[in-house]
Amino acid sequence: MNLKSLDPRVTRLGIDELTDTQIVEKGSLDQFETYEAFIETKEGKPFEHAGPVHAPNEEMAFLFAKEQFSRRGMFCNALCVVKTENIKVSDYTDNNEDVYNLVTNKPTGVERDSFEIFHLAKRGKQHKYEGSVMAKDYEDALAQAKEDFQSDKPVFNIWVVKSEHILASDEEDRDIWDTLKEKKYRDAIDYKAGDKIKAFKEQQA
Amino acid sequence: MYGGGNSFEAMKATALTDEDPVKLAEFEARIDRGEKIEPSDWMPQLYRKQLIRMIEQHAHSEIIGALPEGTWITRAPGFKRKLALMAKVQDEVGHAQLLYSAAETLGKSREDMIADLINGKSKYSNIFNYPAFTWADSCFISWLVDAGAIVNQIANSKGSYGPYCRALERICAEESFHLKYGHHCVIHLATGTKVQREMMQAAFNRWWAPMMHFFGPSDKISVHSEILMRWKVKMSSNDECRQQFLDMYVPKIWELGLTVPDDKLRKDPETGEWEFTEPDWDEFKRVINGDGPCNKERLAVRRVAEERGAWVRQALLAPKTKYVAPLA
Repeated sequence: MNLKSLDPRVTRLGIDELTDTQIVEKGSLDQFETYEAFIETKEGKPFEHAGPVHAPNEEMAFLFAKEQFSRRGMFCNALCVVKTENIKVSDYTDNNEDVYNLVTNKPTGVERDSFEIFHLAKRGKQHKYEGSVMAKDYEDALAQAKEDFQSDKPVFNIWVVKSEHILASDEEDRDIWDTLKEKKYRDAIDYKAGDKIKAFKEQQA
Repeated sequence: MYGGGNSFEAMKATALTDEDPVKLAEFEARIDRGEKIEPSDWMPQLYRKQLIRMIEQHAHSEIIGALPEGTWITRAPGFKRKLALMAKVQDEVGHAQLLYSAAETLGKSREDMIADLINGKSKYSNIFNYPAFTWADSCFISWLVDAGAIVNQIANSKGSYGPYCRALERICAEESFHLKYGHHCVIHLATGTKVQREMMQAAFNRWWAPMMHFFGPSDKISVHSEILMRWKVKMSSNDECRQQFLDMYVPKIWELGLTVPDDKLRKDPETGEWEFTEPDWDEFKRVINGDGPCNKERLAVRRVAEERGAWVRQALLAPKTKYVAPLA
């Protein structure tokens, strides 16, 4: 017997009513890898961490991130994704202690690779893009970042990413955001009904 | 859609005396200073467990909550309503993804959470075990179930765990559209023809009891809940949330000429507290333990989606893939 629902579409799924809801154990690889997405909310503003997505590859991660973090368009100008395992995370500090103070090595000056630096300026907030440095490796990039970006304002955590590991939206492809203006129906502002309530109350009075 | 804060099952607490007292003191000092906890910080087992459970249940509620509304997309009256409802359901599923990721930072993988939902090990918001018979039911959910969720979520977004707060801020911003859309739908029916009004009222009559259950039974003040409040995991009591909901929405219901099926419902002018008939908590327990009108269907639909989508996941699987939990 198939499961009968109020919803004809559920009934059409042809679910056997007697089947137990237990599912078979899944293999450990049934889990997609994770990517971190960053968005530029407005032109000229730094990229900030929007959140993670799960995807089978970089291109899919970009598409998922576009759907997840920019479907309300006026808040997105550019997007990029990085595989989570390619982000090197510094220690965390708290209580006004600058995490750069824990970085003790000096930059080597070897400009082998380009790295992008993200700062956590407040616990609980998003990591924001600070700038890029040329360095020998991740540790060296952190030392170089200390030289270039440490200021009076403490930073509580730093992410270091090799520039080549970033998949970013292209300047030429900016028209991917063009349709967003037509999505007012996704916004509270499109559902004003004050007049209708007022008219109804007057009619009742 | 549904914000956690009330948990649906008893939990064995790890004794705090087993925790490292120095680390525990640092952890509590950080929370007292108003600083958020981030994933790689040391945290007590009780904190981690309770948060995983709360965030996971919240995520499941988004997924399961999308089912009764999702089935109304093709039957929604007119193009604009279809478009809006589709956008709303997409938001809910997106919220689940954000929440699963937040829970993953605490050490449980998304696949494990999805498996626990289907196998019945994890709970989700009980209100979605009731059926949406008519379009008006779908309007009730969009307006008032979301309204209830927002009350919970706003409270929780001021909690102490960074990734959960970040997810909730994003979610709350989107919920404002859901709330306005749902209100718009209810206003349309309530100010419409006699048949439309009756249909809306019938939905209120059906959904009021589950709505009062939504915030959970009165909290027992236990040592356990006091600790969770101090750690800013639990941000307000079930009763506080229920009172706040009644305060914000009962006047909006009444101004539309709709009634609530509870003749004891009134605001005590002296205390400012709402009085109401005590909800039937036996029914709540019965339904949450599996004996509701839709429990079986909800899980079956979810399981079928999982099974029938397996080939897609297999096809996309990269053999080298290794799992790394999201960062923040």
